[in-house]
Formats: sequence, C-alpha cells, structure tokens
Amino acid sequence: MSVVKTETLELRNEQDIVLARQAVRRLSQACGFSLVDQTKMVTAASELARNTVTYGQGGTVVCETILDGARTGLRLTFADSGPGIADVSLAMTDGWTSGNGLGMGLTGAKRLVNEFDLDTKPGSGTRVTITRWK
Amino acid sequence: MAKTQSRTPGILKKHEKDLVSEWLKELKNALSSGDGKINDEELATQTRDFISLLQQASQHGTDPEREEWAAVREFLEGVSRSRAVQGFSADQTATFILSFKKPLFSRLRSELSSDPAALLEENWTVTELLDKLGMHTIRAFQKSREDVIRRQQEELLELSTPVVKLWDGVLALPMIGTLDSARTQMVMESLLQRIVETGSEIAIIDITGVPTVDTLVAQHLLKTVTAIRLMGSDCIISGVRPQIAQTIVHLGVDLQGVITKASLADALSLALKRSGYTVTRNKA
Amino acid sequence: MEHIPILQMGEFLLVTIQVDMHDQLALQLQDDLTNKIQVTGARGVLLDISALDMVDSFIGRMIANISGMSRILDAHTVLVGMQPSVAITLVELGLTLPGVKTALNVERGMAMLRSAMGAAEKADVSSQD
Repeated sequence: MSVVKTETLELRNEQDIVLARQAVRRLSQACGFSLVDQTKMVTAASELARNTVTYGQGGTVVCETILDGARTGLRLTFADSGPGIADVSLAMTDGWTSGNGLGMGLTGAKRLVNEFDLDTKPGSGTRVTITRWK
Repeated sequence: MAKTQSRTPGILKKHEKDLVSEWLKELKNALSSGDGKINDEELATQTRDFISLLQQASQHGTDPEREEWAAVREFLEGVSRSRAVQGFSADQTATFILSFKKPLFSRLRSELSSDPAALLEENWTVTELLDKLGMHTIRAFQKSREDVIRRQQEELLELSTPVVKLWDGVLALPMIGTLDSARTQMVMESLLQRIVETGSEIAIIDITGVPTVDTLVAQHLLKTVTAIRLMGSDCIISGVRPQIAQTIVHLGVDLQGVITKASLADALSLALKRSGYTVTRNKA
Repeated sequence: MEHIPILQMGEFLLVTIQVDMHDQLALQLQDDLTNKIQVTGARGVLLDISALDMVDSFIGRMIANISGMSRILDAHTVLVGMQPSVAITLVELGLTLPGVKTALNVERGMAMLRSAMGAAEKADVSSQD
C-alpha cells in the first residue's frame, strides 16, 4: 500500500470544520468516489472533526490518498491531545453523549466508512482513523 | 545462469527484417481462424515495435520481471487489451509471442551453429523468456476480458431495473432477478434520484420478479424506504410472495409500517387513491 | 456576523440554507427564526435544504430543534429538498429526524403546511419553483 498524496489540516475552530469538509469533498471526488460515497465520507469527517474541535480541544486531520494494488482509497486520521475517552465501549454505543447533543459522532462515522480505528487513553488524547475505498 | 552476455540482442538487431517477415507469416496463419480481425499494417507495426523493445530490454539480461523490461510488459498489456476488445481468444493472443519462437530459433541456429553449447544455452534462455512473456500476455488478456464483462454487467444492471412512471407522482421500480448488495444499492440510488427529478410522492417497489430475499437485501429495502420517507415521499412494496413474507418474518426484519401489497395492481390502486385520484368506469 | 436570510411569504416563513454552515451560523439561525416567528405571527416554516450536500448530526440536531421550537410557538415546520445522497447517508447514520415533517420541494411543502393549518392561503405567493 502506498500513499499517493497527503494533506494536513488544522482543526482549531468551527471554521476549520467547514474547511475540512470541503477538503474531504474535493479529495473524495479526486478518488472517483460515487456521489453517495463522497457524502458519506464528508459527513463522517464532519462528525470526527467536530469531536476533535469540541472534545479534543483542537487537533489536526491528515488526509491521505492511498493506493493498494488496484484500488484507490482515502484515509483520514483525526488526532488531538485532549482528555481522551475514558470508556470506549460507552462512547461507541449509539446515543451516548458527554456534552449536549445526540453524540453520534463515533458510531455514526463508523457506519459510513469501510475501516475505522480508535486509539485513545484518558490523558493522552485521541486518534481516529477512517478509510473509504472506491 | 547466464555466464556470458546473451547473444539475443545482437541477433535481434542483425536480422530484424527477416524476423519480422517470418513472424508475420506465422501470425497470419494462426490468426486467420476465429472471430477476431486485425489489419496487416497494425500487425506489422506491432511486430516491429516488439522486436525493437525486446532488443533494448534484452541488453539488460533476460528476466522479464525486472525494471528494464517494464516497457516490454506494458507493450504486451496494450496488445492483449486490443486483442480482447477485437474479439480474439486467449490462445490467439498468446500466439503473438509464441509464434515468434520459430523465426528466432532458426536465426539462433544459423548464428550459433559453430558453438552447440552456446546454442543450447541461448535456446533455453530465449524459451524461458518468451514463455514468461507469453504468460504475462495471457494474464493481461484475462484481465481485459474481466473488465469488459464487468462493464457489460453494469449496463445490464441499468437496463434491467428501469424506474417507470406509472402516473403523475407515482413511480414504480420493478426489480427482476436476484438482488445482490451492490446491485440493490445502485438501483435504490437511481430510484431516489428519479423521485427528486419527477417530484413523485409515491414510489412502488415491486419484487414479484425476485426469487429470494436475504437479510442484507431486506435491510437495503428497508433503508431505501426510510430514505424515501426522509425525503418527503412514501413507498409501497408490492409483489410480496408468501415465501418472501415467511423469510422476512423469520429474519425478524421489522417493516416499520411499510405498506405491502401482493400485486403491483393493488399498489397502484392505493397510490392513486392516496394521490387523490378516483378511477371510474364508463358505462358501456 | 452573517445571518441566513428568512423570507416572509404571507403566513409562512421560508428559510433557504445555501451556505456551508458552521456551528455559530446554525445557532444564529435558530435565534433569528424563533424571533421572527414571534414577530410575524407566522404559522408555518419551510426549511429548504436543497442546496445542502451534507447533513451531519449537528445540523440534524439543529433541524430537529427548529422544528421543536416552532411547534411550541404554534408554527408547523416542513423540511424540503433533501438530496438523495444526503437521505441515504442520514439513514446510514441512523439519524431519522423523528417528528420532522418532510416534503420533496417547496411547492409540496407549502401544500403540506396549508393542510396542516387547515386554512386557505389567499396571500400572493410569488412563484418559488
């Protein structure tokens, strides 16, 4: 597997969430995703970007266009050095929230992508990696 | 295990014209039967190009997997692709390479007649090389055929599940044949698109022509119905046969109040009523 | 601070969301809309999202909030123009917007509002479609 292109964006405030969405839309189109798949990826990115800004106290997203044999994919890694998630299984339950709102960020995003990875520890921040293949 | 430099590059260069003409003769014999058609000029160009690429690459050893042979491999892939599209069979495509053996061997024989050991060595090297290239050609051919089949499948898919306008504001999607995940998704997307385009408030999904429904398909149907409702339209599922009804219950799928009708006719009747139409029959 | 424009059409309010909304803008819209409902006495709200190519859980929440708040202020809300890919994604997300009425387009949305209000609309509604 090789990384064809990399783009890193800061996620500090809401404006950055919008910019991240636009970047992911652009990259998804470049990968040749169908309209529905693009929308799913952008929506997942929006959820995770918001988590990074709101709960992670700011962070980054690394967008990688990847090639694995014949297939093209888009991999997004959201990372922050915020408080981390104490109870992962709870966070991954539908409808859980620690703030206001429906808290569907993680579980929702997981359903919209092909691969999902969560790496977090209280006090050591959070890293979420999602991948979608064409 | 070539201890000395291969003699082939030199031979290729020296006898190019003869090699091309003999090879073409072999090829014409082999390709004359069957469905494929290729014109002489194209064939001649291909043989010349191949020999020149072969000549260049073989100066760097005779392992076709190596970097220096990339141009040769790509060239063969191009040839395979065009053969596949032109309707040739796999063995006719491999013949492109394999029929080159005879002219090349006869040249090797004449050049190396004084050194039988070297001749044997060279023969073996060339045989190995051309066999490997032949395999590469076949692999590329198969891939091209698979691509063609896939494209045809997609076209068939689009043709076999058209979205039909039954009445103003009423669309129908007759699904026919076995539904796999990918097909169902694609079909559902086009149904949703048409609903928006036509502003239809009722969509009838008819599954009379679907022999079996498994969990995945049932879930897709359900997701589609939910999406249709989310957009502001409604959905009726028609053509539910007893076996499918049983399957749905056994799978524990909750239809969430989706209206189902046994026949498309019943569904249409309901759709018209819902849309505010009354159908009257003129007295004869 | 930008605001999303709210158009008054007779007894209805029409909100067309066309920009890529950031959170602050969404909150501002909720404020503006509830104010306007009260000031105009509007009985119906049309939320046009036909220009939105994405709806995430935050925007979904905003829509549900608007619908809820309007109801308390005695106005009905109809969400119109959802794009197919957005609908499919929302279903996949599990976000079904319970309690929010939806229609395919503004025209049907208005018809829905009228029947919900049970009143004939006499006001001159300029062509919207």
